[in-house]
Amino acid sequence: MTIITKEGKFKEFIKRREPIIEDWKHSLYLWKSTKLAMIGSVIIGILLFVVIFAPLIAPYDPFLNNMAERLQAPNWSHFFGTDQFGRDIFSRVIYGSRIEIWIIFLVSLISGGAGTLLGVISGYFGGIVDEIIMRTTDMFLAFPSLVLAMAFAAALGPSLTNTIIAISIVGWTVFARLARAEAMKVKKQPYIEAIRSVGAGNIRIMFFHVLPMCLSPILVQLTLRMGTIILTAAGLGFLGLGVRPPLPEWGSMVSDGRSYLVGQWWISTFPGIAIALVVLGFNFLGDGIRDIMDPRLRR
Amino acid sequence: MRGNLLDVKNLKVVFYTYRGVIKALNGVELWMNHGERLGVIGETGCGKSVTSLSIMGLIEQPGEIVEGNVYFEGKSMQKMNSSVLYDMRGKEISMIFQEPVSALNPVMKVGFQIAESIARTKKISIKSAYPDVFKMLELVGLDAGRVINLYPHELSGGMAQRAMIAMALSSHPKLLIADEPTSALDVTIQAQIMKLLDDLVSEMGNAVILITHDMGVAAEFCDKIAVMYAGNVVEYASTTDIFDEPLHPYTKGLLKAVPRVGQSKELVGIPGTVPDLVNPPSGCRFHPRCSHAMKICAEELPPLFEVKQGHYVACHLYTREGEHDGNRSKI
Amino acid sequence: MEIEVKSEMLMKVENLKKYFPISKSYFSHSVHVKAVDDVTFMIPTKSIFAVVGESGSGKTTLARTVLRLIEPTSGKIFYEDEDLTKFNSKQLRSFRKKMQIISQDPYNSLHPRKLVKDIVGEGLKIHFHMSSNAILDKVKETLERVGLREEHMFRYPHEFSGGQRQRIATARALVLKPEFLVLDEPTSALDVSVQAIILKMLKELKKSLELTYLFITHDLAVVDYMADYVAVMYLGQIMEMGTKEDIFNKTAHPYTLLLMNSIPDPDPHVRRGKMIPQGEIPSSVNPPSGCRFHTRCPYAKEICKREEPKLVKISGTHFVKCHFPNPT
Repeated sequence: MTIITKEGKFKEFIKRREPIIEDWKHSLYLWKSTKLAMIGSVIIGILLFVVIFAPLIAPYDPFLNNMAERLQAPNWSHFFGTDQFGRDIFSRVIYGSRIEIWIIFLVSLISGGAGTLLGVISGYFGGIVDEIIMRTTDMFLAFPSLVLAMAFAAALGPSLTNTIIAISIVGWTVFARLARAEAMKVKKQPYIEAIRSVGAGNIRIMFFHVLPMCLSPILVQLTLRMGTIILTAAGLGFLGLGVRPPLPEWGSMVSDGRSYLVGQWWISTFPGIAIALVVLGFNFLGDGIRDIMDPRLRR
Repeated sequence: MRGNLLDVKNLKVVFYTYRGVIKALNGVELWMNHGERLGVIGETGCGKSVTSLSIMGLIEQPGEIVEGNVYFEGKSMQKMNSSVLYDMRGKEISMIFQEPVSALNPVMKVGFQIAESIARTKKISIKSAYPDVFKMLELVGLDAGRVINLYPHELSGGMAQRAMIAMALSSHPKLLIADEPTSALDVTIQAQIMKLLDDLVSEMGNAVILITHDMGVAAEFCDKIAVMYAGNVVEYASTTDIFDEPLHPYTKGLLKAVPRVGQSKELVGIPGTVPDLVNPPSGCRFHPRCSHAMKICAEELPPLFEVKQGHYVACHLYTREGEHDGNRSKI
Repeated sequence: MEIEVKSEMLMKVENLKKYFPISKSYFSHSVHVKAVDDVTFMIPTKSIFAVVGESGSGKTTLARTVLRLIEPTSGKIFYEDEDLTKFNSKQLRSFRKKMQIISQDPYNSLHPRKLVKDIVGEGLKIHFHMSSNAILDKVKETLERVGLREEHMFRYPHEFSGGQRQRIATARALVLKPEFLVLDEPTSALDVSVQAIILKMLKELKKSLELTYLFITHDLAVVDYMADYVAVMYLGQIMEMGTKEDIFNKTAHPYTLLLMNSIPDPDPHVRRGKMIPQGEIPSSVNPPSGCRFHTRCPYAKEICKREEPKLVKISGTHFVKCHFPNPT
């Protein structure tokens, strides 16, 4: 090979990545044949669309009080009706999706990241390190997660940031346990021994070789947990320990409509439906991803 | 009928997977008489285990027998209904496996499991089967009084295989299929198990199909040997014929590759790898690895035919005598 | 104890022990599996030293302990003049360039999510500051040495057959230009037709790269084909040791003899019914008193139950651990 044309280089590039492409094709095939995953991804797809284009979809300013139009039932100008301050509930639900996604994103990042890291360390080193980390998770798991999240949220004071912190603190243990179990399994594999015999140190083995093998169950669990994250955030919001009004967080919106539930059902119902739908979407997607990642289904 | 116990004719089995259709058996021909010991040897993916499952009538989804027939004592097994087959398994044909510990139910005592299988084949109550269990366990050289109350994980590999043999032979089956019975065991234990099997079978007169990848085990135990490669029986003859004058290039290659104690010969492997059975080579499936391959080998699957008395081979080298050393064009 | 051969010794292992605790109870005395129990041997430079044994003989533990992939309980491991047991972890890591292992299971010994070039090139990344192109060149050169091609670099392990995977594992070991290779049953998971090719390749590599092998196996026929020196292990101890000729032609230990008898011979004319060891292999948690083989030995006498024989020299290179060597 003396002269390498641009085209030749590209072809070479594609050829080298054939196995990766093949792998993706296989995943796509499995995804298509899993109905739940399809439904889940459609719901989450719509959610993401709404998040990105919220200002274009929402007909009104979600924070705009309009006492003249307060407590209107759903009609053609207000699809989901208005609340006690005359704010358009449809617009608030639309904008609320941004808050939910933000919470999900940060909580997943913090609890997933910290949990995975601690879990891998715990599983890889074992011994006293493992004891300390695992006994800590035991302490966290001794309380019902919502109660614990409430305690943290109450201690930190209600705000968006503190909601995220509270949910993350409660959530990391799941990932730590999962990552630990995987790391313990992977570290016994002959290929890890082979890498050690080549002269790799613990840090290198842990991050470059063990960690990547732990990621797929973590990913599945993260997706499955996203529904729970929303529920917890909504729960905190509903109890007044979460995101503060006037931010249109769905849980606190449900809470806002509580006292009007008999006469003006729509204030609580529409954000409630949104929560239910999104939770369902994430659960379906998580189940689907788990099926796709299942090594028994893969060749 | 070529064999009065078993006759497998042109058996083709496929498995449906995401990657495509695995053509596992490509027209297997195999037959044996009552009381014979047939060794089926071959390497990974040659179809020896699928063949034994077909004989047991245990090919299930996603697998399917697409062509051919298995005749047991002259009756076609494809035409039997499932309850007849169910009765036959364990009674007329029984099987022992490579991993004896995992072939037993881990949560039931060994004695109970053997009693249950005896009760099923003899149609008696489990309780009244226990005297037979004792007799069988003693027969395979186990301390029956102790072993009867143990769980499978409390047995060593060798003991578990003895227990499996006791269970398999309890019904005096006409045919015993032993699927790599000693591959998971140490050589000294393997020698003990093979000797036990030899003694018991000589006494009871069962026919045995011994599936193995170990040429030595087959040579010591079997009367006849069928060599399989990629879903075909490529050579079938008496054990002495196979080892003294192998005809098929694959059999020859296999024998040259086996290391032997006290024979400091240079080992010769067979180049290439076992073909992917989703896209098997055309014609003779061995031709891409064969040093004698001719043009016709890629085009036509050679039939298994009798070259001389009792020695069958599926190879184009022997199909046309006139061309034997003539204008053989290499691919 | 000295093996009187003219060549130099690359490795000297002295009184090596490895006990694994199995009872984790804080109150009772802990129970140990005596996987390797007081083993001493030397490996001459540029030779193939085979260790043969059944399951529970401790051969695999020995292979790993010699490389300090498992920490020894006690004993010394000299590589040339350096005692590996005295190395700290940093010294050990950089010393690993010189000694590599190829393990049994070709299906799990390669990282399933990494490309072949990364699997083979890992060692270079760890030990040398090389550009990624230089690494690729080196990987390519090494792959060609073990009979693979450049295009194989960008594939995943699952696309290869068992034999090819074992070639990749060999390339990974060779890329650092080691002097000493531990081969832990490198072909026991392969078909015989492939085994022959891999064994031949390993033999040729040994010659052309002037390597020293510690070859672990359960198969005496493979030992006969490969080895210069042989140690026969049983329940954590060396029962007999010597040159290949000593072991195969002047067999002195009953266990070695019966082990050889147990191998099925691929020749239908060889008569059946040779003497084989009785009973099961005892557990290495509570090995039998005296000679560890006495429970299965047809020649055992009273003294065998009481007194443990020593590994004694019976000729220049031949050692045996038996009260009554040379059974007839």
